Amino acid sequence: MYAQMVKTARVGVKPRDEMTEQERAFQDRVDANEKIEPKDWMPDDYRRTLIRQIGQHAHSEVVGQLPEGNWITRAPTLERKAILLAKVQDEAGRGLYLYSAAETLGVSRDELIELLHQGRMKYSSIFNYPTLTWADVGAIGWLVDGAAIMNQVHLQRTSYGPYARAMVRICKEESFHQRQGYDIMMKMAFGTPEQKAMAQDALNRFWYPSLMMFGPPDQDSVHTAQSMAWKIKVATNDELRQKFVDQTVPQIEYLGLTCPDPDIRLNEETGHYDFTPPDWSEFFAVLKGNGPCNKDRMKARITAWEDGAWVREGMLAHARKKAAATAAAE
Amino acid sequence: MSSEWPLWEVFIRGQHGLSHRHVGSLHAPDAECALRNARDVYTRRNEGVSIWVVEAAHITASSPSDKGPLFEPSESKVYRHPSFYDIPDDAGAM
Repeated sequence: MYAQMVKTARVGVKPRDEMTEQERAFQDRVDANEKIEPKDWMPDDYRRTLIRQIGQHAHSEVVGQLPEGNWITRAPTLERKAILLAKVQDEAGRGLYLYSAAETLGVSRDELIELLHQGRMKYSSIFNYPTLTWADVGAIGWLVDGAAIMNQVHLQRTSYGPYARAMVRICKEESFHQRQGYDIMMKMAFGTPEQKAMAQDALNRFWYPSLMMFGPPDQDSVHTAQSMAWKIKVATNDELRQKFVDQTVPQIEYLGLTCPDPDIRLNEETGHYDFTPPDWSEFFAVLKGNGPCNKDRMKARITAWEDGAWVREGMLAHARKKAAATAAAE
Repeated sequence: MSSEWPLWEVFIRGQHGLSHRHVGSLHAPDAECALRNARDVYTRRNEGVSIWVVEAAHITASSPSDKGPLFEPSESKVYRHPSFYDIPDDAGAM
């Protein structure tokens, strides 16, 4: 999940008898699965929560290019390089779809980028881990994009029209991302003993951070209830995490690798895998800025933004000059 | 003066003779760049054969509060639909 710990303005769901008439009418539309569109009336908290959630999602796509960017010049073959470039290009595009969706709520893209750079908005904790080997690129596609799909498939039904439509586009691309990741993992796991060891090492390092992507356990997730009532969150953190584990364990077995959780096992009664939860203190530390790569990621983003300023300004100045010349000639 | 590029809405025509359809938006300094960016962002997987871009500020949209006056009148005019008329089977295909 690319949006973790998105705070809604209140704890718990606002009871119906405390709602204004306008809020009740709004909730009825959401309950009837009608899409809310940009110009429709919406509660301020709904708008604010969505801006935070979509903004965080957009930032995650953009910052998420960095760990992979590390390997574009070092991809093992020309084909792998072309594939990785296509994937990173998709991520830039998604940043764009998502910022556009957020902009329909009355915030500008530059404002959102500014908030990210000031550390006042977050991106997914997962992108603060380094990509040490080529197998990490495979693990990211397989596990990180796999975890993202779990969430994004549900979000295609989210109540806010522009967000739901962005998700439909993203889901069409995401399957390519996950499959190319698993394809890399298969090559490595079925390759030489050294390659297999690299694949195992990547799995070991990305397993728990991937589980953290879904956010804290439901009992600690005080904002889930209101977001679910508004249908801007469609499944709980724990539900999605369980689904991800259930789907991934057989894929690990197929690769002939070992899950780094020694206690993972299929629970015959529930039909689900029991697993060890991640270390939540690590999650909160990474979210606060103390992960292995937080500083590098933000530095790379801010540098790119500042170094590109003259291009953005120059192109706009050129466009204005051209428009003025055209107007003068008419 | 703000240095934020203006917002453009993007419309793409797919391959099967359908009309242009709104697919999303983007920022660009001018129409030429908007077209080029739209090609990069919205047609990477053979989605289209033609692109329109229009600056978002130039679009006039109906307001949600006008939904009733604008669209409700047509709800009561069922006779505008072919299913309103009962034509006996004996009359043949129609």
